[in-house]
Amino acid sequence: MTDNSNSSKNYAKILHEIVNKKYKKRLLVNKLVTMFTIVCVLAAIIPLGSILLEVVKNGASAISFEFLTQPQGSIGSGRGGIGPAIQGTVIVVGLASLIGAPVGVLAGIYLSEFAKGGIFPDLVRFFNDVLTGLPSIVIGIVGYVIIVLSIGSFSVLAGSIALSIIMIPIVVRVTEETLKIVPYSLREAGHSLGISKAKITLSIVLPSAKNGILTGIVIAISRIAGETAPLIMTILGTSLFFTGITGPVDALPLRIWRLASQPYESAHAFGWGSALILIFMILTLSVGLRFLARTKSFKADY
Amino acid sequence: MTSFGSKNSRYISSLFVVRNKRHDKLFSGLVIGAAAYTLLMVGLVAFSVTRGSIDIFSAEGIQFVIQSNWNAVEGRESFGAFPYIIGTLLSSAIAMAIGVPISLAIAIFISEIAPPRIGTPLSFVTELLAAVPSIIYGLWALFVFRFWVRDLIEKPLYDTFHGSLPFFAKTPFGLDIFTAGIVLAIMIIPIISSICREVMRVVPDSQREAAYSLGATRWETVRMAIFPYVKSGLVGASMLGLGRAVGETILVTMIIGNVIGPSAIPTTFFSQGQTLSSLVANEFNEASSDLHLSALIALGAILLVLTMGINVVARLLVKKKIKASSGAKSQ
Repeated sequence: MTDNSNSSKNYAKILHEIVNKKYKKRLLVNKLVTMFTIVCVLAAIIPLGSILLEVVKNGASAISFEFLTQPQGSIGSGRGGIGPAIQGTVIVVGLASLIGAPVGVLAGIYLSEFAKGGIFPDLVRFFNDVLTGLPSIVIGIVGYVIIVLSIGSFSVLAGSIALSIIMIPIVVRVTEETLKIVPYSLREAGHSLGISKAKITLSIVLPSAKNGILTGIVIAISRIAGETAPLIMTILGTSLFFTGITGPVDALPLRIWRLASQPYESAHAFGWGSALILIFMILTLSVGLRFLARTKSFKADY
Repeated sequence: MTSFGSKNSRYISSLFVVRNKRHDKLFSGLVIGAAAYTLLMVGLVAFSVTRGSIDIFSAEGIQFVIQSNWNAVEGRESFGAFPYIIGTLLSSAIAMAIGVPISLAIAIFISEIAPPRIGTPLSFVTELLAAVPSIIYGLWALFVFRFWVRDLIEKPLYDTFHGSLPFFAKTPFGLDIFTAGIVLAIMIIPIISSICREVMRVVPDSQREAAYSLGATRWETVRMAIFPYVKSGLVGASMLGLGRAVGETILVTMIIGNVIGPSAIPTTFFSQGQTLSSLVANEFNEASSDLHLSALIALGAILLVLTMGINVVARLLVKKKIKASSGAKSQ
C-alpha cells in the first residue's frame, strides 16, 4: 500500500517535471514569436520613416515659387519648375473623379438597394472585383487603344478615362458595403411614409452613409493620383501647360519618373521636390478626411 | 360628399404614385446604367487588349510566349515574352517569400498581441504606408534603398558564398531582381497585413477563449484556434498581394535593371532583369513599328491573364471566409 503510493508520488513528480519542462519550452516559443512579430512591425515602419524622411529632406530644398509655377527649364539646367505637372495632375485626376465618383456611387447603390437577385448583380460584383485587381498598365493599354488611337493624340481625355476605370471599382465596393450597414428600419420608415424608392435612397440612405462613401472616394482619388503606368500610355507627359482636353498634358508621377531617369543631380532634386508635393497632396487628402470623419462621426460607418 | 372626398384622395394619391413610379423608373434606370457601365469597362479591357495584341499573335503564335529574342529592328523583328514572364514570377516570388511572413506577423501583433492603444495607431501607420504611391517607393528605392540592399545584404551574401551558391553568384550592383523583390515586398506588406487583420477579426472570441481556457499560450491560440479557422482567408489575402506584385509597373521599372532579350532570363538573384510590365513601360513610347507595339500590348495581355487568375482565386478564398463567418454570427 505504502509502496504503491510512493511510486505514484514518484510518477507524479516525474510527470510534473516533464510538464514543467514542456511548459517552459512553450513559454519560450511564445516569447520568441511575440518578439518576431515586434521585429516585423519595426521592419515595416522603418521604410515608411525613411521614405518620409528622405522625401522631406531632399524635396524641401527644391521647393520655391518658381518650382511650383514655372514649366521645366532646359534639361540639366536646374531651372524652371513643375507647374505643368501639378496642373496636369489636378486636371486629369479631377476629370477622372468627375466620371468615376458618380458612376461608382450609382453602381454601388444599384448593388445594395436595387439588385433583386438573378445573375446580373452577381456578374457586376464579380467583374468589379476583376477590375479592382487589374494591373494599372493594362488599364493604360485600354486608354491607348480605345481613345488615343481613335482621336489620334495622347490626351487628357484618355488619361482621365483610364484613371476612372481604376477608380470606379473601388468606389462601387465601398458604396455597396457602406450602404449595406445602414439599418433597414430607416428604409422602412421611408416606405411607411409612401416616399418613392429613389427618394428614400437619395435623401435617407445615402446621407446616413455619407462618411463611408466619401472615405471610399478619397481613397480612390489618392490611389489614382499616384498612378504612373497608365499615364505613360495616355497623357504622355509634356513640359507645357494644359492646351486642351484632347492634347497631351503632364502629371506629377510621370514627371518624377522622367526626372529620376535623367543623369543630372538637379533633375533628381526636382524629382524629390515633385515627390514631396505629390505625397503632400495625398496625405492631406487622407489625413484631412480622417479628421473630418472623426469630428462628425456617423454610427453607420463603423 | 364622402364619395367626392374618397375620389379626391384617390386622385391625389394616384398622382403621387404616378410621380413616385416615374421617379423610381428614372432612378433605377440610372443606377442600372451605372452598373452596366462597369460591365462595359470589362468589355473594353478585353476588346482593347485583344485588338492590340492580335497582330503579334497572328505573326508568331505560341512562339511569342516561349521564345526569348527581343528585336525591334525593322526587317529582323522577333519578339518573345519568355524572359519577362520568368522575371515577373521570380521577382514576385521573392516579394512573397519576404512579404507574407512579415505581413502575417504584423497582423498577429496588431489583432492578437498589442493593446488597442498601440494597435490602433499601428494600423493607421500601415494604412499610411498603403497610401504612398508606388512611384515614391520607386524613387526612394532608386536613390536610397538600393544602396542598403547592396551593402547590407547582397555584398555579405556574395562574400560568404562567392560562386559556391549559384543563387548569389553575380557581382552585386543593387539594381536587380533581388532588390525589386524586396521593394515589392515592402509595398505589398501593408496590403496583405490589413486584409489578414480583417480576416482574423472575424474569428469569434469564443474560439480564442476556448484555447486560452485549455491553458494555451498566445502563440498556441493563434496557431491552433485562429489559423485553422481563417486559413483560406489568409491564403487569399496573400494572393491579393501577389496580384499587386505581379502587376506593379513603375516601381519595378526603376530598379530591376531593365535588360532585354535572352540575357533577361535571370541566372542568379543578383541578375538584372525585366518584368512584363516594366518592359511595356520602358518601350511603349519608343515603339518603332506596329508589330513592336502589338508585342508590347501582348505582354500586357499575358499579364492580364496571370493577374486575373490569381485575383479570382484569391477573392473567392477571402470572400468565402468572410461570408461564412457572417453567416455564423447571424445564427
